[in-house]
Amino acid sequence: MEQSKNFGFGEDEVMLRDTARKLFADNCSADKIHGQLAQNYDPHREIECLWDKDLWKQIGELGWTAVCVPESAGGLGMPLVAAAALVEEAGKAAFPSPLVSTFNASFVLQACGSDAANKQLEKIAGGQASTLAITNQKGSWESSDTDVTVDDGTLNGTAWFVQDAKKAETLVVAAKGEKGLGLYCIAADDANVLIQADGIIDLTRDQAHIEFKGAKAIEVAAPGDGKVALDKAMPAILSIVSADMVGTSEWLLQTTVEYANTRVQFDRQLGFFQAVKHPLVNVMLDLDRAKSLTYHAACTFDEEPDGAELAARMAKSAASDVAAFSASRAIQFHGGIGFTWECYVHIFFKRNMHNHILYGDGNYQRMKLADILIGQAA
Amino acid sequence: MSEAGKTDSPEQAEFRAHCRDWLSKNHPGTPPVSLPQSALALTDDDALVWLQKWQKSAYDAGLIGCDYSKDCGGQGLTNCQAIANEEMTRAKTPFLPNIIGLGMGAPTVYFHAQDEVKQKLLPRLLSGEDIWCQGFSEPGAGSDLANQQTFAEKKGDSWVINGHKVWTSLAHYASWMIMLCRTSKEDKYNGLSYFVVPIKSALGKGVTVRPLIKLTGETGFNEVIFEDLVVEDKYRLDEVGAGWAVAMTTLAHERGAGKLVTPASGGLASAEDKSSSIGSANALIRLAKASSRNGKTAADDPVLRDQLMQLMIRQEGFRHNRRRIGVPELNDHPMRLPLQFKLVSSELGQDISHMAYKIQGAASSLYVNDPNAPAGGQWPMAYMSSFGITIAAGANEVQRNILGERVLNMAKSK
Ligand SMILES: Cc1cc2nc3c(=O)[nH]c(=O)nc-3n(C[C@H](O)[C@H](O)[C@H](O)COP(=O)(O)OP(=O)(O)OC[C@H]3O[C@@H](n4cnc5c(N)ncnc54)[C@H](O)[C@@H]3O)c2cc1C
Repeated sequence: MEQSKNFGFGEDEVMLRDTARKLFADNCSADKIHGQLAQNYDPHREIECLWDKDLWKQIGELGWTAVCVPESAGGLGMPLVAAAALVEEAGKAAFPSPLVSTFNASFVLQACGSDAANKQLEKIAGGQASTLAITNQKGSWESSDTDVTVDDGTLNGTAWFVQDAKKAETLVVAAKGEKGLGLYCIAADDANVLIQADGIIDLTRDQAHIEFKGAKAIEVAAPGDGKVALDKAMPAILSIVSADMVGTSEWLLQTTVEYANTRVQFDRQLGFFQAVKHPLVNVMLDLDRAKSLTYHAACTFDEEPDGAELAARMAKSAASDVAAFSASRAIQFHGGIGFTWECYVHIFFKRNMHNHILYGDGNYQRMKLADILIGQAA
Repeated sequence: MSEAGKTDSPEQAEFRAHCRDWLSKNHPGTPPVSLPQSALALTDDDALVWLQKWQKSAYDAGLIGCDYSKDCGGQGLTNCQAIANEEMTRAKTPFLPNIIGLGMGAPTVYFHAQDEVKQKLLPRLLSGEDIWCQGFSEPGAGSDLANQQTFAEKKGDSWVINGHKVWTSLAHYASWMIMLCRTSKEDKYNGLSYFVVPIKSALGKGVTVRPLIKLTGETGFNEVIFEDLVVEDKYRLDEVGAGWAVAMTTLAHERGAGKLVTPASGGLASAEDKSSSIGSANALIRLAKASSRNGKTAADDPVLRDQLMQLMIRQEGFRHNRRRIGVPELNDHPMRLPLQFKLVSSELGQDISHMAYKIQGAASSLYVNDPNAPAGGQWPMAYMSSFGITIAAGANEVQRNILGERVLNMAKSK
């Protein structure tokens, strides 16, 4: 089968993306983000969840959370590339919000396909922030690994590395029952759910480990069906996180280029020196590869689901690698100022550091890819 | 109609149907002789003749040069060459031998020559009956192209050319050359003029072509010496002193960034084809499964597995960059992807062939003249040959300058 030549990125998707561009340009400048998130530089500062809730409300009203929710569940039913484009713009702005987490939760719910899951999707389409609680304490990215158990719809145990937990209203939890992995929805403010914020590097999001103490939850995938749903959703999740890194890395590239075009040393703009110019071109090459692979992965998820994992892991590998590369060159080529808290670059550097490892770094993705393309090693 | 035709205009759709129909009946079949990896490496006369016959038949069917005007041997169509290229590649046809003529000579002549010259030269160029070469590089003018020393002196109505061109691909078969000459020593850039000059018909009459031996031991490119070659003034393109601007037309088309799409066919698999070309990272997996390392199958080595996947990812990324070029909404700068093409593909090809050479281990010491060399020694050969591509058409370091300056607007490095 041949895929859409334009990755499925048509007129509606362009319009949506352009709205996002404008919204972030108007509301989310690097200057503003820095003022909002970086007031307290103390490494031992108290853990806080800083974000612009009003802007998030506005986004809910614009229908962004509904973009990839099927029309049958009250969503817009747009292709994954639409969400990827939105998230790329969010990444460019280092936008602090539960947008990525909510998208990711919605992919898992869609993969469940149950009535209960569809009900949750309707809420997401209405603007409800959600997130996935599917990772164990070891930080394993394998879909079958969770420290949470379920018995008759009641959750016990702790989920780790939960993204945007303090911003989410609903949690989608992976839990092990007697018959295998199941998926559950529960309100974040449930009395038997204890959210313990993590102190994290990335200033643009929050993360937590969440203890479930006999919390009664809604089953969206029965024990035994959860792993299939998670595996089915994972290519979309990887595409979305890749799109975020593509956006953030583009900001890092453009900002560093701008600096190289203004800062003068030895009577020359820094960009004159090939030791600066060529690595920045290399960042651009790697970034364009990651971007093309990300849009391809999103398109594959919609149009050729059998190839979705392969395409998504390639995208995440390329995006994670350029996330690190663009960020490291950005700091280095800003010199002393780049090493300060005052310079905005660290905000984007840290967002990339976080996304780099989320759901597996480049090496991890390539291990998975090798198993697909070469076959398991003896 | 497949996805490929999704956005065709009615004219394009009709043209595509014609291409498909013609190709289904007129594919030239398997070549009688083994073909090199690209036209630039053509040294076998029989291969050339066979490929010229293919180019002529595709030209006669309207698949080559179709966007050129009718008086110049084209069909006067709009945006149809890209469609012919897609269909020719889809049909897995052989490559076109007159690659420099089609890619650089034709557009330059088309946009800058007098009508009489265009009408005389272009039909035989497009049909492949005349092979063309490019005389830009000189011993002292490589990356610094404007440092041309070959001199054209005006004598009466003609020009007399003296000088020395090097690395001239296909000069040994060429009837014509596009060339850059110095016509004034006063000004580096404004002292250049651009000519088309006869080669074959002037051999022994002011032109000498001598083969240069590549590091692989093969011939392939040449040096061309001009001693009082007399060229009529009508073969000058554009004004005296405007050579640099004309050369920019040539280079833009060479980089795939010109106004006209270069006719291109390809995709024909030959025995040697699995070497350095894009699309061959997959072949590395087969190779790794058949090779051993540390007493085990090489394909089980975790370090190698990671490296193989890196190459697969680069190969896929390149493929989808090409796809994304066609989606303007996903390109913030129109030249950002097109200008990466040569740089990215040549380095990928080089790294793939080097990886193959490493996977083969001891067997990679065997050259093409050894009967035990795996795949006829093609992988180490491909690796060595790959430097031709990372150096030619503007060394990749110069490509990085171009990208940094034109796309990222950084200060010009010399
Ligand atoms: C296989 C092959 C086929 C060719 N065919 C043709 C042809 O048909 N017609 C034709 O006219 N020419 C042809 N060439 C010539 C080619 O265009 C030149 O070799 C190329 O432009 C480099 O010039 P040079 O060899 O003089 O190297 P130099 O200019 O001396 O450069 C040597 C090296 O220095 C580095 N370098 C140079 N300048 C810079 C810079 N500004 N910044 C950073 N690094 C730099 C690069 O690494 C470069 O490879 C061919 C070359 C090859 C290898």
